[in-house]
Amino acid sequence: MAEIIQEEKGGGGKKRAKKILPHMDMTPMVDLMMLLITFFMLTTSLSKSKVMDITLPDKITDPNQEAPKISASRTLNILLGPENKIYWYPGAVKPEDYNNLPPLKETDFSATGIRQLLLERNRALFKKIDDFNQQVISGKIVISQDSVQGAIRQLKNVDDTGPIVLIKAYKKANYGNFVDILDEMNICGIARYTFVDIAWYEEKMVEMATAASPVATSAN
Amino acid sequence: MTPMVDTFAVILIFLLLTSQMRSPEPANVDMPFSISEKPTPDFNAMTFLLSPDGKVFMNFDNGPDTLLKFRPKILAQMGKRYGIEFTEKQLREFEKFPSSMGVPILQMKEFLDSEDAATRKTLQTGIPMDSTDNQLAMWIQFTRTVNPNIQAIIKGDTKTEFPVVKKVLDILQELNVKRFSLFTNLEAAKINLEEIQQ
Repeated sequence: MAEIIQEEKGGGGKKRAKKILPHMDMTPMVDLMMLLITFFMLTTSLSKSKVMDITLPDKITDPNQEAPKISASRTLNILLGPENKIYWYPGAVKPEDYNNLPPLKETDFSATGIRQLLLERNRALFKKIDDFNQQVISGKIVISQDSVQGAIRQLKNVDDTGPIVLIKAYKKANYGNFVDILDEMNICGIARYTFVDIAWYEEKMVEMATAASPVATSAN
Repeated sequence: MTPMVDTFAVILIFLLLTSQMRSPEPANVDMPFSISEKPTPDFNAMTFLLSPDGKVFMNFDNGPDTLLKFRPKILAQMGKRYGIEFTEKQLREFEKFPSSMGVPILQMKEFLDSEDAATRKTLQTGIPMDSTDNQLAMWIQFTRTVNPNIQAIIKGDTKTEFPVVKKVLDILQELNVKRFSLFTNLEAAKINLEEIQQ
């Protein structure tokens, strides 16, 4: 016991003999660092932008080759119109009917507009994908992150109830509309969609619809 | 003082590691939003910048290894096609040029020789893509012969008129580039299934 006390006393003695540390002025260093941080914050971008993939159909160069046939009952034509409007009609229109074109229905890019329309038609597939995602999140299905996308693609491939969406852009649409509609396809899990050229009779349909709408609003 | 210095050092290192330099683009674009989470590729990408006033600019990288020097090779091939001989210095200048370029090939020499940014900006009038002189198609063709693994990415402004986009898409389609990507910003979208079913 006595020995230990003596050791403590020795330690106390050393503390008393402590040297005073040389003092350093940090202010210039802090200034410099602030300057560097400001510089980096202004000249760099933190988040990297993302990319969205899209595949275009083959261009038909041979005039004898016919466009692939799709069933008209599942077809949904979306026409991107001016001023962020979307026009749509189901089925197909033959060019012979140009005197008796079906009226276009108008909608917009909101959650209750085009998204509701697509989800109503694609509910069966969307529910399957949603259930699958829920099961992955809750851990009922153990699957690696890489194969989740593959499994969803498989679900989309076997689907035969959802709509076949043909996206067409009128000349007064803008690039934002184009990306938004493709994004909407991804959100709603549409299995089959493609971007095709607008036909002359469809341009006429959009022109008729845009000419009709200002009259309707002024009547209100 | 010391804790403050420590915090600054940490922030500085964080910024250094996570960020990349923003290269000044010839046109400011306001990118549309999407839910896609796929990151932008670091190399093997050719970018088409579609400005809101309808000009088209193009950018491509030097490949996965800077020693491959894809950029000067593409320019040399392009020069050969139009009968223009580029000097070693001009090729090096083109290799280093960081942002998209939209210079007609006949003005390219002048563009690469000029030193100040203002002159360069006036020469950036967009790549011509008329059916008589489709330089954009030529650029794409040579870029793909030099670097077969290259991937096409379109970077457009939300307000770019659709006919411009359509023209670029048509050129890509004609050259058999059917799979490509679109630059977007990330934005979340939530869907309430019950709400829709009502």
